[in-house]
Amino acid sequence: MTLALRLDNLSKSFVVGKRLFGAPKGIVRAVHPVTLDVEKGETLGIVGESGCGKSTFARLLVGLIEPTTGSIEIDGQPLNNADPAAFGKKIQYVFQDPVSSINPRKTIRQIMVAPLKHLHGMDSAARTQRISEIFATVSLREEFLDRYPHEFSGGQAQRIGIARVLAAEAEILILDEPVSALDVSVQAQVLNLLADLKNKLNLTYLFISHDLAVVEAVSDRIAVLYFGSVVEIGRADDVFRAPRHPYTKLLADSAPVVGRPLTAPEGKETELPDPLNPPAGCAFRARCPRAIDRCIKEVPDLNGDNVQLAACFNPLDSLVHA
Amino acid sequence: MTGYILKRLLSAIPVLFGITLIVFLIMALVPGDPATAILGSYATPENVAKLNKELGLDAPMWQRYFIWLGNMLQGDFGQSFALNRPVLDEILERFSATLILAGTAFILCAVFGVAAGVISAANQYGAADKAITFVVLLGISIPSFFLGMMMVLLFAVNLRWLPVSGMVAIYGGSDLPDILKHLIMPALALAVVATGVVARLSRSAMLEVLRQDFIRTARAKGVHEGQVIWRHALRAAMVSIIPVLGIQAGFVLSGAVYIEMVFQWPGVGRMLIDAILKRDILLVQGGVVFVAACYVLFNIIVDVAQSMLDPRIKT
Amino acid sequence: MRSFFKLLFRNRLAAAGAVVMAVVALLALATPFLPLQDPDITKTADRFIRPFSEGHLLGTDHLGRDLLSRLMWGTRLSLAVGFAAAIAAAFIGSAIGIVAGYFGGRSDNIIMRIVDMLMAFPYILLALAIVAALGPGLMNALIAVAAVNVPFFARNIRGITVGIVHKEFIDAAKLAGLGHAKTILSEVLPNVMPVIIIAMSTTIGWMILETAGLSFLGLGSQPPQADLGSMLGEARSALIGNPHTSLVPGFMILVIVMAINLLGDGVRDALDPRLKSGALSRPMAATLVDRNRVPAPSANTNAILSINNLQTQFHVKDRVYKAVGGIDLDINPGECLGIIGESGSGKSVTALSIMGLVASPPGIITGGSVMYDRKDLVGAPYKTLRSYRGDKIAYIFQDPLATLHPLYKVGDQLAEAIRCHHDVPKSEAWASAVHLLKSVRIPNAESRAESFPHELSGGMRQRISIAMALANDPDIIIADEPTTALDVTVQAQILALLNDLRRERGLAIIFITHDFGVVAQLCDRVAVMYAGRIVETGETGNVLADPAHPYTKRLIACVPELGGGRRKLAAIPGLPPAVDKLPDGCAFADRCDKRRAECRSGDIQLRLSLGRPVRCLYPENAPAVRKSA
Repeated sequence: MTLALRLDNLSKSFVVGKRLFGAPKGIVRAVHPVTLDVEKGETLGIVGESGCGKSTFARLLVGLIEPTTGSIEIDGQPLNNADPAAFGKKIQYVFQDPVSSINPRKTIRQIMVAPLKHLHGMDSAARTQRISEIFATVSLREEFLDRYPHEFSGGQAQRIGIARVLAAEAEILILDEPVSALDVSVQAQVLNLLADLKNKLNLTYLFISHDLAVVEAVSDRIAVLYFGSVVEIGRADDVFRAPRHPYTKLLADSAPVVGRPLTAPEGKETELPDPLNPPAGCAFRARCPRAIDRCIKEVPDLNGDNVQLAACFNPLDSLVHA
Repeated sequence: MTGYILKRLLSAIPVLFGITLIVFLIMALVPGDPATAILGSYATPENVAKLNKELGLDAPMWQRYFIWLGNMLQGDFGQSFALNRPVLDEILERFSATLILAGTAFILCAVFGVAAGVISAANQYGAADKAITFVVLLGISIPSFFLGMMMVLLFAVNLRWLPVSGMVAIYGGSDLPDILKHLIMPALALAVVATGVVARLSRSAMLEVLRQDFIRTARAKGVHEGQVIWRHALRAAMVSIIPVLGIQAGFVLSGAVYIEMVFQWPGVGRMLIDAILKRDILLVQGGVVFVAACYVLFNIIVDVAQSMLDPRIKT
Repeated sequence: MRSFFKLLFRNRLAAAGAVVMAVVALLALATPFLPLQDPDITKTADRFIRPFSEGHLLGTDHLGRDLLSRLMWGTRLSLAVGFAAAIAAAFIGSAIGIVAGYFGGRSDNIIMRIVDMLMAFPYILLALAIVAALGPGLMNALIAVAAVNVPFFARNIRGITVGIVHKEFIDAAKLAGLGHAKTILSEVLPNVMPVIIIAMSTTIGWMILETAGLSFLGLGSQPPQADLGSMLGEARSALIGNPHTSLVPGFMILVIVMAINLLGDGVRDALDPRLKSGALSRPMAATLVDRNRVPAPSANTNAILSINNLQTQFHVKDRVYKAVGGIDLDINPGECLGIIGESGSGKSVTALSIMGLVASPPGIITGGSVMYDRKDLVGAPYKTLRSYRGDKIAYIFQDPLATLHPLYKVGDQLAEAIRCHHDVPKSEAWASAVHLLKSVRIPNAESRAESFPHELSGGMRQRISIAMALANDPDIIIADEPTTALDVTVQAQILALLNDLRRERGLAIIFITHDFGVVAQLCDRVAVMYAGRIVETGETGNVLADPAHPYTKRLIACVPELGGGRRKLAAIPGLPPAVDKLPDGCAFADRCDKRRAECRSGDIQLRLSLGRPVRCLYPENAPAVRKSA
C-alpha cells in the first residue's frame, strides 16, 4: 500500500488590502491546515461549493502556489515549489475550461510537443511516435494535430487536455472540474475515458467537482470541503448515503434527485461567512441545525473511526441532541 | 468620497515630483554648461559668472535640482531672459488664454463626440451612422493646423465672416462677443480631431454595451427602446468613455500649441515655441511643469467623476 | 494568415486604403529615380507660380522651388520618419509592457509608475522639452515622437499581458517545463502580437501627424531638408496670397493619414476574433420576422400560450443555422412546463423567440406563430410586444451578475420594472420594490434595495431577478437555466421559492434546464428537445419513468444519480449534429442503436405513443409505428 500523495498540515493564506504604510487590511485563510494521505491507484473526490477553497487547494498540489504552512510529499519526495517543471513528471493538472487552458495561437501538435520536449527531452522522431500512441489512447484522430483549439468542441478539447497531461507521463492527476463545462452526454464519454485510463496506466486521481453525483460515481473516497477546511472524509459509498457532518447532509439533501419532493432543506439565510471576518469556532455553526455550545468556542478537528471522519462536535451518528 | 479624493491627491504628489524630475533631466541634456545655455547670446564670461553665483548653477546637478524645486514650491519659477520678466507671471497670463481655447474645444468634443457616437451606434449601418463615420474619419486624419489654415482661408479671407487671427480685436473692446468671434474657428479646428476620436470610441463602447445581457433584461422588462439606449446603455458605456475623455483633454492641450500658432492666439503654446527657439531654458522648464501639473490635477477630477459613476470602484 | 488577408480585403474601404498607401509608398521609394526637378534649387524669379503652369505641375513655392518635386521628397521623408518612430515606439514600448506584465510584483509597480509619470504629460510638452534640450532637427523630432509614444504601448501591452499571464495555458506551459524566456516568447508573445499590431495601426497615423506637426512648428526638419510638415509651416505666411503652397502638402498629409487609418481599421477588424463569427452588430429591439405564411392556431383553447410550428434561424454569412426547426407547445394556466435539452438543442432560442428577444442580427423568426391573448406575438407591432414584456410574460435569465445592470441600485431596477408599465410615483414604486424583495425572502429588504448587484451573492442576485420577473404579476414566467450557475444548496432554495410562488400566484412557468433532477422536482410536464425540435412531451413522472424516445432514454441513463454508487456510465456515442447541416430524417439516427433505413429519410412527425407525442418511428416500449407512405 504505497502512498502517492501525503499532505501534512498544508495551508494557504492570502494577504488582502496591502497598504503603502502599515499593516494590511486582513488575511484570508483560503485553505485551513489539511493533513491527508492518498494511496496509489485511488480516486479521491473533493467536493465543495463556491468559496470552499478547492481551486486554491488544487493549485497548491501542483506547485503553482506556494503553501503558507505544511508540506506536500509526492511518492515519498517533498515538493519543491521553486520549480514546477520538476514535478511536472509526477503530478499534472487537467483544467476546467478546456478551451482557455490551451494556447489559442498554437496548433495541437505544438501543444503536445511542449511537455515531451521539455520534460522528457525527446527527439523529433520519438515525439512523433509518442504523440500517435497518446492520441490512440484517448481516441483522437491524428488529423487534429494541425488544427487550432477554437476548431474543437468542448469534449474534444477536454480530450486534448487529457492527452497533454498524458504526454507528461505523470502518475498523479489533479482533475479540476474536468467535466463541468461539458454537455451531459459528452460528460459521460469523458468520465468513461478517465476511468479506462486510470485502470490501464495505474493512475491516481484527485477529482474536484461541485457535482455530487458525478463525484460519487467516480471516486473511491470523498472529502467534503467547507470554508477552507475538510469537514468530512470517507468512503464514497458512505459519505452521501450516511453522512456524519451536518453540511454533508445538507449537500446531499439539496441535490435534485428524481423522486424526491421539493422542500428547501434550510430555512435560514444561506450566506457564507465573511472570509475577512471569520466566525469563532466552527464555520458552519450559523447554518447548522445541530449546533451546541461547544461549536461557538472551539474549532472541531476531524474525528471518528478511521474510515469516515467528520470535523464536528455533534455529528449525525452521535447521541447528543442539539 | 472625500477619502478617495484625498487619496488621489496624495498619490498625485509623487507624480508631480516625477514630472519635475523628468523635465529637469531632459533639460540637462542641453549641451554646454547651464549658465551659457540660459544666457544664450548674452553669455559673456562676466554674465556667466554672475548667473552661476546668483542661481548656484555651478553646483552639482542634484543640488541644482533641489534648488530649482525649492524655488518653484515657493512660487519662484525663475526669470525669463528673453522677455525679462518672472516666468510664473508670463505663464499665468498666457495659460488663461489657452484655457479658454482648450476648454471650449474640450467641451465641444465631449458633447458632440459622445452624441455622435451614441447616434451612430443606435443607428448602426444606417444613413446617419455612415455619414458620421465618414466625417469622423476625415476629422481624425486631417492635421489640425492644416484645417485651421483652410478655415482661415475660407471664413476669414474669402467670406470675411470671422476675424483672421488673434484673441481680441486690436482696436475696440475685448468684450464677450468679440472674444467669441475670435474663438469660433480656433476652437472648432482644435476640437475636430478629438471629437473624432471620442465619437469612434463612444460608438464602439456603445456597441459593446448593447450586446451585454443586461440590455436584453431591460428589453425583457418592457423598457422602451429609447430609454434602453440613453439610460441603460449610455450610462454603462460612460464607464469606458470617461477615461478616454481624460486622455483627449491631453490631446486637446497638445493640439492647442499648433492652433495658437496658426491663429496667433496668445496662449502658452506659442509662448513655449518662442521660448524654445530663443533657448529661454527657464521659461521652457517652468512652462512645461506648470501645464503638466494642471493636467495631472484635471485627471484627478476625471478619476473622481469615474468613481462617482461606477459603484464598483472602491472609494 | 491567408484567412486574415481574405478577411481584410473583403472590407472594401480597407482595400482602398491599402491601394492608396501602396501607391504612395511606391512613389516615395521611387522618388530618386523619377524625372523630377531638383527640390532644393531656389529661383526667386519663379516664385509662387500657380499650379498647372508650364513646367511646374503643382506650381512653385516662395523660393521658386518646384512643388511637385518637393512634395515627392517631402512625402518620402515624412513616411520614413513616421514609420521609423512607430516601429521604435512599438518595439521598446511592447518589450517594457511584456516584461512588466509577465513578472508583475515590484518590477511591474516601478515600471508602471514611471510610465504613469510620462503619461501625465500632454504629449506635446514632452516632445517640446526633448526637442528644446536636443535642439531642433528631424532626428531629434523623431526621437521625441518615439519617446512620447513608448508609454502608450507600454501601458496597453502590459494590460494585455497581465490578462494572458493569468490564463490557464500559461500554467500548463509552466507545468510542461518551459522557463521564463521560452514562455514569454512562445506562449505570451503570439497572443500579444495582434494587440501590438492593432496599437500600431492606430498610432502610425498619429506619429506621421506628430512629426509633421513638429516640423510645422520649425522644430523638426530644418532647411533645406523638408518634410510635408515643414513645407506647410513655411507656406503659412503666404497663406492669404498663395494658398496653393499650403494646399499641396496639406492634402498630401490628409490623403496619407486617411489611407493609413482606413487600412488600420481594416486590420483591426480582421484581427478581432469576434468579427469572424459576424457577431459585431448590436441586437435590435425585437427579433426580425420573415415568414412565408401564418399557421392555423392550435386546437387547445385552454392554453394560455400556444406555440405553433415556430422556426427560428441564424443567418451568419452564408450559413443558415436552423436553431429551432418547428416547435409546437401549449402552456396551460398555472402549470410548470420543463424544456430539457443539451447545448445546441434550441431550448434557449425557443424561449427567447416567444417575446422576440433573439438577437437580430443574426437571428430571424422564419415561421410559426406564438398565440397569447388571442394575438400573435410573432410579427406583432413593437408597441404590443413591449407592453406584454415584463408585464404579462416575464423572464429570468441564467447569470444574474451579467443580467442585472451593474451601475444602478437593485431597488431602482425593480422600481423601473413596475414604472415602465404602470404610471406610479417613484416613492410608491420603491415601496413596491421593497415589498417584492420581501416576497422573495431577502432579509433586511429595505437596506438591501440600496445595494448594487456586485455587492450581493449569486443566490441573492437570482432572487432579485425573480422579484423583477414577478413585479407586475405576470401570467407566465420564462426561466432560462436560472439555477445552473448556482451552488447546489442555493439552487435548492431557489427552486423551492419558485415552487411556492407559483402555487401562491397561479402563474405558469416555462423552465429550461439540462438537469433531470430539477425537472422531476419542479415541473408538471416536460418537453425534450434535440437539434432544434421536440422529440418527446408528456407528464414528468411518465417521461422519466418510461421514456419513449431513444434519446430521452439514453440521456437519462448517462447522467449519474446521487445514491447510484460508483459505476460506469452508459455514454451516448458521437456528437449532436450541427444545426446548419442537419441530416435527412431523424437527427438522432446517427447515434441511435435502433436505427433503420426509414429513419434517415423524410421528415419524422410527432406521433402518439403511450398517449404522448414522440418523434420516433420505433419508440421504446411501444409497438412500432409504420411510417405512412
